Formats: sequence, structure tokens, C-alpha cells
Amino acid sequence: MEWANAIVQGIVTGGFYALFACGLSLMFGVMGIINLAHGDLAIIAAYVAIALIPSTHLPMVWAFVVVVPIFAVGGYVVQRTLLQASLDRSPFTTLLVAFGMSVIIENVLLEVFSANGQSITIGTLITKSFSLNSTITISYFSVIVLAVAIMVLGGIQLFLSRTATGRLVRAVADDREAAQLVGANYRHVFGIAAAIAFATVALAGLSYGMLTEFVPTSGVTTLLFAFESVVIGGIGNVWGTLVGGVVLGVAQQIGAQINPAYQILAGNLVFLAVLAVRPRGLFGMRTA
Amino acid sequence: MTTQQRAPTRRITASGTLQVRRAGASGILVGAAGLVVLALLAFMPVIVSEADTTLLVNFFVLLTMAVMWNLLAGYAGMVSIGQQAFVGLGGYGVLVLAMNGFNPVAAIPVAAVVAALIALPVSVLLFRLGGGYFAIATWVVADTAQIVVSSITSLGGGTGHPVPGLSSMSPHTFAETTYWAALAVVTISLGIAYGLLRSPLGLLMAAVRDDEVSARSAGARVMTTRRIVYVVAALGCGAAGAILAVSQLQVQPSSIFSVQWAAEMIFVSMIGGMGTLEGPILGTVLFFVLQQNLAQDGAWYLIIFGAVAVLVSIWTPRGLWGAIRQRSGIELFPVGYRLHEGALHLVTQPQLLDGGSAAGSNGPGSGAGARRRRLRP
Amino acid sequence: MSEKAVSAALLEVRGLTVYHGQLRALDNIDLAVATGETYAIIGANGAGKSTLLRTIVGLHEPKSGHVVLDGRDITREAPDRRLAAGVALVPEGRRLFPSLTVEENLLVGMHKARPGTFDMKRVSELFPWIPDRRKQRASQLSGGEQQAVAICRALLANPRVLLLDELSLGLAPIVVRRIYEVLPALVAEGLTILLVEQDVAQARQIASQVHCLLEGRTSLTGRPDEVTAEQIEEAYFGVGALPVSASAADPGG
Repeated sequence: MEWANAIVQGIVTGGFYALFACGLSLMFGVMGIINLAHGDLAIIAAYVAIALIPSTHLPMVWAFVVVVPIFAVGGYVVQRTLLQASLDRSPFTTLLVAFGMSVIIENVLLEVFSANGQSITIGTLITKSFSLNSTITISYFSVIVLAVAIMVLGGIQLFLSRTATGRLVRAVADDREAAQLVGANYRHVFGIAAAIAFATVALAGLSYGMLTEFVPTSGVTTLLFAFESVVIGGIGNVWGTLVGGVVLGVAQQIGAQINPAYQILAGNLVFLAVLAVRPRGLFGMRTA
Repeated sequence: MTTQQRAPTRRITASGTLQVRRAGASGILVGAAGLVVLALLAFMPVIVSEADTTLLVNFFVLLTMAVMWNLLAGYAGMVSIGQQAFVGLGGYGVLVLAMNGFNPVAAIPVAAVVAALIALPVSVLLFRLGGGYFAIATWVVADTAQIVVSSITSLGGGTGHPVPGLSSMSPHTFAETTYWAALAVVTISLGIAYGLLRSPLGLLMAAVRDDEVSARSAGARVMTTRRIVYVVAALGCGAAGAILAVSQLQVQPSSIFSVQWAAEMIFVSMIGGMGTLEGPILGTVLFFVLQQNLAQDGAWYLIIFGAVAVLVSIWTPRGLWGAIRQRSGIELFPVGYRLHEGALHLVTQPQLLDGGSAAGSNGPGSGAGARRRRLRP
Repeated sequence: MSEKAVSAALLEVRGLTVYHGQLRALDNIDLAVATGETYAIIGANGAGKSTLLRTIVGLHEPKSGHVVLDGRDITREAPDRRLAAGVALVPEGRRLFPSLTVEENLLVGMHKARPGTFDMKRVSELFPWIPDRRKQRASQLSGGEQQAVAICRALLANPRVLLLDELSLGLAPIVVRRIYEVLPALVAEGLTILLVEQDVAQARQIASQVHCLLEGRTSLTGRPDEVTAEQIEEAYFGVGALPVSASAADPGG
């Protein structure tokens, strides 16, 4: 029954990983940017919430309402300036610039907020849970996060497939130059995609900060989880990412069941195994 | 350092007389100067204080890593952010050997080779991914290596372990020995990189980096080339980690497997310049100058250095040395080829760094030739 | 062509010089396309034909020279602004969005459309098979079908000048003929066409003006009935040393 619990907890965690991963996936799919600062951005969101919300005297849950739009705007601005300037050079430069951003963010957070663990406290919701049976207990909050993840993934899918802007985003992702020929300002479209990606990363970061304690270097771990979810699920597949997240979550929980020290290791090993056996991921359509 | 004699000289008679020659005519001079510098450096422990030799050891360690990273990314086009895996394995290699009675200093080359041997199967996995996904996957590998090593209790687990067999040396002998070992590692690393780049493999590397698809169509040697470079880089980083283990008298997983190493070697290369051997040297010097001046201000030196690296790589993707060379034509380590015809210079030097941007807007007239070569009037 | 005709040109290129890196792809090119005209650029591979069209729509920045649409200098404008001004290119190799359906490709083509006669209904008349295939992915179409959709995608923006880059590339002759059959109808509706073609016979047949490029330079301009096959051959392959001008007032002269 402990194993069943591990699997259930893994599935719930997997939704959370998928929430982390979708922004990474979107930025790679549309701009070809591997955003190595993705995890650090999420952690910034959590710190911003801690720094901003108490002074507004709003309940912490309002962090979602405040921080997510800030990140969307920030995403557009960063894309149109720093990232576009790097893209104009080369994908190689962009990768290095993203890595530089990651290191800079991490160290600035360390200097400003110290290496002490923090968390976003949202009151009693975080501790409430329900029991399926005597061994399986699920926290309400993690179910909410899973639901949010599914809604976000579904929302992105709908946006891309049903709206005119989404269609344009896909067109730009397919062929940037041809999109210019039909009148698309691809830089603006990139900005929109980055705004969405940053909004989702803020969502993920805030959820992370509410679920668990975080430190400035937590970004690295979350980036790796997001990345592993994307690759396990298959690059360029929205729902594959959810499955990838779930596979990763379950693997980690099973690993932790064997020995708590093996939690992350088990995830890494599953990732490497997928890479060895199915380099395109479980549902992948194209290679990286 | 090799001299001019090995340089292949070819005549192409199809359109006038063209000569393919080693870029830079000062091979012998540079070789001689290099030996003088090496001799001077070898005497340093006699001249300077132990604190300064320790600083120089750290300088050599970072320079070794930067040269290796530059070989990977600047020449072979592989962006690894997980080289700390091999730094850590090299360090732990020394620890394991020393725990089994080896002399820790003698264990340095063995540990480096062990790191290289581990890199071989790792490359099989990693090479399934391209570009940026390769980059993150190298990070996963480093993360995995750290977790695995941390879970071995006989090696001290997460808290690490002191390296045995070093306490018998006097502090002075220890400082000297470490220094010379570090100097040997960095000299050999530069030598290997230089030799590799001047070999036919070096040309193939340039071809792979600049245009993987057409280079691949030229033969299946591309994979082998990349693998050789990857293994050599692991060897170098392993040696650097081995030096660290000795000079710090202990290894601790979270420090020797730290992503900080990746950050430093990458920033140094970004600022100094990729695709040259001079770039990492310049970058490492700048890094140490900044670090020494800001050492008391926590991590700000790394933040500033990182910010400068980002700006430099956007402003001039070949780094400061690239910019200097473009203006002055100076080359200390001539590794490119030049085509001589009157005033025309054709140099096979990095195009990737700013060539990528042209990929989207390349007209049919530009062709492969125009993209891959740089014409200097 | 008289001086008046040149100044009344809808699309004008003046002294255009374009470099690809250090390579001069176009050298001081002049041309003027009058409203309602079908103007053909011919030339061998690498002559600079595609570069010329791509520079006109803004995908390459010229080293010097100007692109003028109806008296307005658009040389410095971004590609999307030029489309809005009325210049649309059907690029070499079709370049449909492979993961989008036929219909989505066409809808994307419409998103910055100028007011005009071309809508979904009108393009479906040109190629009646399109409505039935509209849910198919563009990548599943044959080369000829893709070319048709690419033309429709450009037409839906209601351009004033339609630029066509090597429509016949990689297509069977019969397919090429079907696509070229559509062009007169477009011209009849007042569209101005600037096309690039390697097939000289095809170009002479359809164009009111031919302009031959050789290694980035103008080697011949004239009306198809004014120039002989020998002249074209010389201008095309560069047999003769001097540029040939069959036209009385060659703008490049």
C-alpha cells in the first residue's frame, strides 16, 4: 500500500512538474530558446511574492493575481531586449546568455535574500488533506496545483490551436521568415510567447514556494525536473509533458520509497534510460 | 609548442596561385617565448609567497577548465554546462586512489584518465541530444554524479573526506609540489588543445561546428571527432579536479561538483573569447583580477563577471580576444589556416558565433562558401 | 519604355546593391514595374534573382539603393510593414507552414490583409480543390498543391504587387502549366506581377517585360518581342562581354 501511495503522490507531483515544464517547452518550441534560467525565474517569482505581498496586507494567495501579470509583462520585455539581442547573434549565444542569466539571478538572490530557506505561507489550506484509505493521504493544495497544471496546459493548447494569435505563434515557430512574408512581426510574436511562458513559470514558482521551502539555488533543481519532464514526454508535445511530469514524479516517489536519498537520483536515472531507449521521448515528434 | 615546419603548404593552380598556409608566421618565436614563460612560471614558488602560489594554482585550475570548455564549445560547438561532473570525478579519483595507498600527487594523471574513461559511455547518451538539450543533459549527468558520489558513505557521503597521504609533506614542499603539478596540468592541457587544433582533426572540428549537416555528409567521422573532443575535455577537467582535491586537502561533493565551476569556465571563455586559445587565458586573468578586488563582497564578483560575460557575448560573440584579433591581427597560437593571394586572406576561424544569425536570412546566392569562410580584404 | 512610364511605375528599384557577407550578390540594379504589368526576371542559378525579390520584401538589407512602392520609399521598412503597404512574396520553395492546415495557412495569410477582391471564396475559385482539402496539413500536399496554396496565401493579403519566386521549381511541367494558367486572370483583375523564372520560354510567354541578371548585374532588359533568343542566351550565360540592351531607354544605361 505504501507503493500505491508513492504512485499517487508521484502523479500529483507530476502535474506540478508539468506546470514547470510547459514554459520551457513553449520557449523552445517557438523561439528555439533553451531557457536555462527557467528554474531561477520561478524562484524569483516566489521571492517577489515574499517581498511584495506582506506590505499590501492582502492574503498570500493574492500573489497569483499580482505576480503572474508582472511576470507576463517582464517576459515580453526580456524577450524583446536581452533574448532577442542574443537570438540576433546565434542560438549558441542565446544559450550562453540564458546560462549567464541563471547564474546571475541565483547569486543576486543569494546576496539579497541569503541562503536561508523560506516559504510562502498561505495559512491552513496547505495542511488540509483528504484520505483515500488508511495509507493514501492527498493534500488539497497539491490536487489544486495538479488541476491548475491541467488547465494551463489545456489553455495553452486551446490558445495555440483555436485563436488567431495562437495560429500566428505556430506559424512563426514553423518558419519565422515565411511568417514575416505574411505580415507577422515575429519579434512581437516571440514576445507574446515569452509572456505566456513567464506567466506559467510564475505560477509554477509560486506553487512551489507554497508547497515547499525554497532557497536561491532551488532554481537549478526545478529546471532539471522541468527539463526531464519535457524530454521524457517528448519534445514539442504539450500533453506528453504532463505524462513526462507524472512519470518523473512517480519515479522519484518510488526512489524515495526505497531510500529517501534516492528520490532525485531515481528521476535522473529514468530520464537517462528514456534517453537511451527512446531519445525522442515517449510521445516525441521531433528531436531536439 | 610546435613550429612552422609542420604546416602543410598547398598550391592551388586553378585560379591564379593560392597558398594555404598556417595562420600566423611567428610559430617559432611564439614557441620560444612560451618556453621562456614556462621556465619563469616554474620558478615562481621560489620567488613568491605560499599564498600567491595557492592563488596561481587556482588560476591554473580555472585556466585548464576554460581551455577544455573552449575546446568543447568554441571549437566543437558543444555547449556543456556539466563539466563539473568530470571535475568532481577527477577529485574523487584522487581521493579513492589515495585511500588505497597511492601517492595523491601521482594519482592526479590516473584520476584524470578515469574521468575520461567515464566520459566515453556518457557521450553515447548525451550525443543523442542536440544543441541546448545536450547542454541541460550534461547538467543532469553532473547532478547524477554528485548524488551517486554523495551516497557512498565510505567516501564521506555528503560531508566529503580529507585526502590521505598529504600530511607527511612539509607545508613548503606541499605548496611547491601542488604548484608544479598544476602548472604541468595547464601546460599539457594547452599543449593538447594546441596540437588537437593544428591536427587534421582541428579542421574537421571547425567544419562540424560551422555546419554540422554538410560536415556530416562529408563522412561519419563527425561523431568520432566530437567524441574525441568530449573525452579530451573530460580528461582536462578531471585533471583540474584532481589538482583541486590535492590543493584543498579534501573533497566535498557539493563544492567539487558545484555548477560554479561551469559558470566560471563558461564566463571566462565568453569574455576572453571562444574559438581561440588566447581567449581563455585573457578571460582567466580578468576573472582573477576582479575576484581579488571584490573577494570581500561575497558573490558580487561572480554576478558582475556574469553580467559582463552576457554583455560581451551579445556585443562581440568572439569575446575580447576575438575583438582584439580582428582589429590587430595578433595571434599567439596560430591554429587557423590562411589562404594567401596578394592581399586576400582567407582564414578558417570561428564563424559559428555570429554565423548563426545569418542562417535565417541567408539568400541562395550566399552559398556554403560565403558562410563558412571569412574574407579579409 | 518612356521616361513617363518609368515615373508612373508602381514598384521601382533604384541602384540596388546587396552583399551576402563579402560577396556582392546584386550590383546596382534598376528596374521599374508599371501597374498591371507582368515583369519577369530571368537568369541562371546564383544570378541574384531570388536575392532581388527578397530584398524588395525586406528580407535582405541592401548596401545601397532604394525600393520604392508607388512613390513611397520602403527601403528601410520591416517585411511586415511592406506587406501592409502592398508587396507580397511567394517565396522560393513555397514555404508553407508545415504543421498548419491548408485553411490555417490561408488564414495566417489574411491576418494583415489590405482591403481588396481576394478572399477565401475568390481563391477557392482559382483552385477549386482547396475547400475539400482545407483540413489537411500543408506538409501532406504535393509540391504543385503547395505552390497553389502559397500563391493563395499571398493573394489573400490583397497585395498591389505580387512577387513570385521560381514557381516552377521542382514541379512537373504539366503542374507548372496549370499554375501559370491562373496568372492572366490575376493580371486581369489589376494585379501587378514581378516574377523570377529560370525557364526562359515560360517567362517570355507570360511577361510584358523581361530583365536578365548575370552574376548580380543587369545583362538585358526589354520586351519579349523585342529581344531575340540569341540575345537572351548571351545575357543568360554571359557569352558576350558587354551588357545588351534591346530597350531604347534602358533605365540601367
